Amino acid sequence: MNKLTKQEVDHIGGLTNLELTDIEVEKFSTQLTKILDFVEKISSVDTGNISPLTQTTGSKNVFREDAVKESLTQKEALSNTASSYMGLFKVKQVLEK
Amino acid sequence: MSDLNKLTLVESLLGIKQKKFNPKEIFSDCLKRIKDIDKKIFSFVTTNNLPMSGIPFAVKDVLSTKGLKTTASSKILDNYIPPFDATVVEKLKKAGSAVIGKTNCDAFAFGASTENSGFGPTKNPWDLTRVAGGSSGGSAAAVAADECIFALGTDTGGSIRQPASFCGISGLKPTYGVCSRYGLLAMASSLDCPGPMGKTVEDCEVIFNLMRGEDEKDATTKTGSHKDPPLLKLRRTTVGLPKEFFSDGIDNEVKDSVKEAAKLLEKNGIFFEEVSLPHTEFCVPVYYVIVSSEISSNMARYTGARFGHERKLFEEEVKRRIMLGTYSLSAGYFDEFYLKASKVRRLILDDYQKAFKKVDLLLGPVLPNVAFKIGEKTSDPLKMYLEDILTTGANLAGIPGLALPCGFSGENLPVGMQILGPHFSENLIFDLGKKYQSLTDWHKKRPNI
Repeated sequence: MNKLTKQEVDHIGGLTNLELTDIEVEKFSTQLTKILDFVEKISSVDTGNISPLTQTTGSKNVFREDAVKESLTQKEALSNTASSYMGLFKVKQVLEK
Repeated sequence: MSDLNKLTLVESLLGIKQKKFNPKEIFSDCLKRIKDIDKKIFSFVTTNNLPMSGIPFAVKDVLSTKGLKTTASSKILDNYIPPFDATVVEKLKKAGSAVIGKTNCDAFAFGASTENSGFGPTKNPWDLTRVAGGSSGGSAAAVAADECIFALGTDTGGSIRQPASFCGISGLKPTYGVCSRYGLLAMASSLDCPGPMGKTVEDCEVIFNLMRGEDEKDATTKTGSHKDPPLLKLRRTTVGLPKEFFSDGIDNEVKDSVKEAAKLLEKNGIFFEEVSLPHTEFCVPVYYVIVSSEISSNMARYTGARFGHERKLFEEEVKRRIMLGTYSLSAGYFDEFYLKASKVRRLILDDYQKAFKKVDLLLGPVLPNVAFKIGEKTSDPLKMYLEDILTTGANLAGIPGLALPCGFSGENLPVGMQILGPHFSENLIFDLGKKYQSLTDWHKKRPNI
């Protein structure tokens, strides 16, 4: 059985940038352990020589011409942001100086 | 004329052609109906309050609508106004329809009851203490309560068929890739399918034919090989009844209604035989591994920088699935979960393909039960996931499925059945659905609200 500890939940919460509260960490630890325990039943299926399936209708490498086409204007693209600077999205600093 | 909101799409088109009324009058009647009853059922998150000159349709709030707020029923997007239309919305607008509003769903379509909506649950028009189903619950309730002529939903693990069944309407999950996903707020990209929800199967067919088609903005669209199968009347048609869909876990009144439907069709020239889909019990676990994995990747785009708010405002189920997916894709667990699930997914597709060598179509219940009470399953996520036992197989295999009403429970709640077919067999599925609706009038019953 995969037991998802609070430390692991906290770690994944950090990776996913969800800023989980202590109550959520506690709750998810129990719930996700239960869900993982349930989905683990797939391990009982013999898949020895079976290849994974990710595309069901047989499409492969669909290409189109790399041509410049009309797209959103800069104004439209920025219309939903809370913070912009000189026609650009303004985001939090990622790298330390 | 009054009460034009009660019309089906086919009736609307005919009346407009005969100049009995115009689309704007239908739009106004639907708006009036929304004003009168939507506070009771909460189908709509946003409405378009200016009567438009087009047949009014409701759009699930995960499909982008230009200039009209699109929240995915999540607080994180409560102020988002898309600068473009989803391809399927654009196509319907061009065909003479107009968006009357955006319907409530589970936040980002993660759920089976609309109880995960950031704005509150939609109530079932047949019984206000029960769920409308989900995730396209608002669309299903809006159609059932005559608040619109038809609606669009999306089906990733049953989200069109399940609420259609709970609300007594018809709805199609198309073959994967037949309707463009462009402009759909992505949940699980290998499973998501936009599709029609209507008052009759005939309506769904008309909408589907307007929505479908290749789209260069969605590389997975595929209709080139869409060969129309011979229609029912031209062939001997055999329908399989998967024995796993009639097992002990399925409520008797649901099973009995579907068996009655099969008997009626048998009397009318359709052949039936039992088939088996032996991996059915693995559909839900495979689905939740794959869906969560794809979700964790798709949801990374919501950073609050370009639109919407910060990630900590995600609803609980959204966080739960991002967590589960991130875990199952992480180093050390990838083989055990995502890769294993993708292999079992192939076995599930194989089951269907083997069945379709013996029979043309499959028939079974949509759900193990009728609409449940609001709050009944919210404390235990796993209990909610098990609602999807009979619907997720079609998504994992990419095949089409049509839900349509086939009776009522002892408590006067709609019971639904689903017709499944091979990839690109929508025409044959619609044919069987229309035949059934020509023999019954379950689809004509409306809730008293």
